Amino acid sequence: MRPPRNLFVRSFQRGAGMLSRVADNLYWMSRYLERAEHTARLVDVELQLWLDQTPEAGAGRWRFLLEALRTPAPSDTVNPASLVNTLVFSRANHSSIVSCISIARENLRHVREQCSSEMWEQLNRLYLEVIDNQPGESWILKSHGFFRAVQEGAFLFQGITDSTMSHGEGWQYIQIGRYVERAESMASLTGTHFKQMAPDQTVTSSEYLAWVGLLRGCGAFEAYCKAYTAEIVPLRAAEFLLLNSDFPHSIRFSVDRVNAALHLLGDLTERQAKLPVRIAGRLRAQLSFSQIEEILAGGAYAYLENVRAECSAIHSALHQIYFDYPVESEMAS
Amino acid sequence: MTTTAIPARNLSYSSFVNYQFDKAYDEMFEAPGVPRPQYRALHQTLVSLPPEELRKSQQAADLSFLHEGITFTVYGNKEGTERIFPNDLVPRIILAREWAQIEQGLTQRITALNLFLKDIYNEGKILNDGTVPRELIYSCRHFRREMRGLIVPRDIYVNICGTDLVRLPDGSFAVLEDNLRVPSGVSYMLANRKVLKRVFPTMFQDYGVWPIDHYPQALLATLRSIAPANCPLRSDPTVTLLTPGVGNSAYFEHTFLAQQMGIELVEGRDLLVHNNVVYMRTTSGLRRVDVIYRRVDDDFVDPLCFRRDSILGVPGLFNAYRAGNVTLANAIGTGVADDKAVYAYVPQIIRYYLDQDPILPNVQTFLMTNEKHRKHVLDRLETMVVKAVGESGGYGMLIGPHSSALQREAFRARIQADPRNYIAQPTLALSCAPCLIDGEVESRHIDLRPYILFGEKVTLVPGGLTRVALPKGSLVVNSSQGGGSKDTWVLRETGNGELRGAKGAAFETFVSSKVSPAETPV
Repeated sequence: MRPPRNLFVRSFQRGAGMLSRVADNLYWMSRYLERAEHTARLVDVELQLWLDQTPEAGAGRWRFLLEALRTPAPSDTVNPASLVNTLVFSRANHSSIVSCISIARENLRHVREQCSSEMWEQLNRLYLEVIDNQPGESWILKSHGFFRAVQEGAFLFQGITDSTMSHGEGWQYIQIGRYVERAESMASLTGTHFKQMAPDQTVTSSEYLAWVGLLRGCGAFEAYCKAYTAEIVPLRAAEFLLLNSDFPHSIRFSVDRVNAALHLLGDLTERQAKLPVRIAGRLRAQLSFSQIEEILAGGAYAYLENVRAECSAIHSALHQIYFDYPVESEMAS
Repeated sequence: MTTTAIPARNLSYSSFVNYQFDKAYDEMFEAPGVPRPQYRALHQTLVSLPPEELRKSQQAADLSFLHEGITFTVYGNKEGTERIFPNDLVPRIILAREWAQIEQGLTQRITALNLFLKDIYNEGKILNDGTVPRELIYSCRHFRREMRGLIVPRDIYVNICGTDLVRLPDGSFAVLEDNLRVPSGVSYMLANRKVLKRVFPTMFQDYGVWPIDHYPQALLATLRSIAPANCPLRSDPTVTLLTPGVGNSAYFEHTFLAQQMGIELVEGRDLLVHNNVVYMRTTSGLRRVDVIYRRVDDDFVDPLCFRRDSILGVPGLFNAYRAGNVTLANAIGTGVADDKAVYAYVPQIIRYYLDQDPILPNVQTFLMTNEKHRKHVLDRLETMVVKAVGESGGYGMLIGPHSSALQREAFRARIQADPRNYIAQPTLALSCAPCLIDGEVESRHIDLRPYILFGEKVTLVPGGLTRVALPKGSLVVNSSQGGGSKDTWVLRETGNGELRGAKGAAFETFVSSKVSPAETPV
């Protein structure tokens, strides 16, 4: 927990709070960058798996991918080229990698003076690198490098952010944006997966590949092996992705971070409103004290849909309290 | 030109082979092949570097501008194209004594213009006794009746000013125009310096160049000094920079200045007015705003008072200003003093208020409302530059010698239809300076825009933005018209009156390599 604030130091700093619009921009910037990273990793893994599969099984995987990313299918015939176009390049799809990075950059551009110059330069560089790519047959063959570059660019940005920006209020919005997005997209990915193959059954050899794909898509394969050895047990995999407290892409870890950041925000902004903290606290308690067996007994998909709904509620509460509050209530107080 | 005893490395190639001279003042050379003393060391360096090296340095500089996003937005282009503001690596050098004159001249000018603004928005003495014609002021598009009788902090209307200077063929400086509304470009001045420090690190010390990095602090001090008298925390007012938003061509500069000053960059939608007090919407509630450095034009600051269709402004802002609860910098209505027809009266204005002769002269200006002037100009339109009085950024201009007969006829008709809207000046030979064009050094026309701050006192950082007309032969330096910029070095005075650069130890080796200045290849 954060040490109590030194009141003498504080008196020389500017008043609490930052511009609501700026907070909003930082939050969205972070969400979009996280989304780009997530999509890049998933599509990369799927393209690798695709090489090992029959065309029919491959088509099934693509549909799974679209559903996991909550993206409408581009057309009836799903082929790698159209899919890559939708998920990577399409400007019409706001969640494509190119769109995400453009929007993240645009958000940061609106608040350039709030972040460090290094942060802006890194995101701008990533943007210039990404828009330099053109879709095409030959592109898919060497796309691995692109997906790597997107993920590394995002990692670098996070590292630069953590080491050059004050870990004050603005930084907390970046944290919340990243982890709300992560919790939501992880819930969507695992939920879609569990709908297809329930974790409480034994694995067939064709399913084995899908489970490995899921772990890789969460960047969790190596961490899972460290925790449970390389034997893929669906129940353990589900537990790891949902409830592990130490793995940075697990849902519980993400919700813990959101919860901590929201608590700090309450202090930093001297806001009395407890709505976002209450929702996040409730979700955190659920994840902390649930057993994976209980979750599966009650229906994994429904459970994860509820996680998604709670994430949306946190998002709305954040808006309502910090970004877009009614002026009348402020004037009255 | 003799070419004896040239050091071996220069024999193969010189970057200056295509350097051209015309009747304009040349910043670097006093005669073909003879650099001025202050440029000798720089010239030697340029000659000694292979063109490939120069080209590489230029590319590295361009790339760093692109990566850092030091760009401006080109209007009328879909997707709001971002472009880097071309930067030239060859610095422009100004001597200490030249700068001293510029500094005095500009201080005198901003002082007089502020007195003028105070006068015309209050008693109007200068109008009553006819020194400046009343109808000239009242017909000005930027005259704001709303400012009548309004008291501004410290009686200063123009807190931030950028004045465009040109160097005439005889080497003296003259004022081409004043920018008293929202002058831009200062961030490029600072960015150019940052890049040049990377490219020619040692030269700064050897030359004794005045630093300019303190501009943001000086700007902040100026803004704080004009906080309203009833500001709750007079010692620590809340200062913000109001930007039209990310689509504005100078958006980079707004973010840069806000960041360097550590103040909030706000858009109209971040602010609101309640009971004539301005607040900004923050995550911990509404916070009072005391000073607004606004980079939004008069027309757009308040839809209740000025243009009703403006979405960039803040409803009620002007009333809060009127009530003295917030300070706007610059004040509303300063554009009346940089109207190009009013400009013609500035020498009289200086004499009227200060009882002094102008230190920096004006450029000869013909008023189209004056019948004799108009006839004189229309008779020789092909030699004149015609400008619309209320425009800036190089829009609405006719450059006589570079115009077609058709364009001249169009302007002739416009002048006759609305003479008050135009002035004319003889086409000036702006001074030329060496610029790197694709690895070679060529000569291009330049001007100089120093920035003047006026709060508790008048502050100028030594230097300014030297703007370059990049197309060959062009006389238009505006960024919107294909202009670029270069770093401007104001040299420190040395005790014995000698130039440090010319004698600097680092250049000893070059200078002593048996090349007398007259023999330096050009």
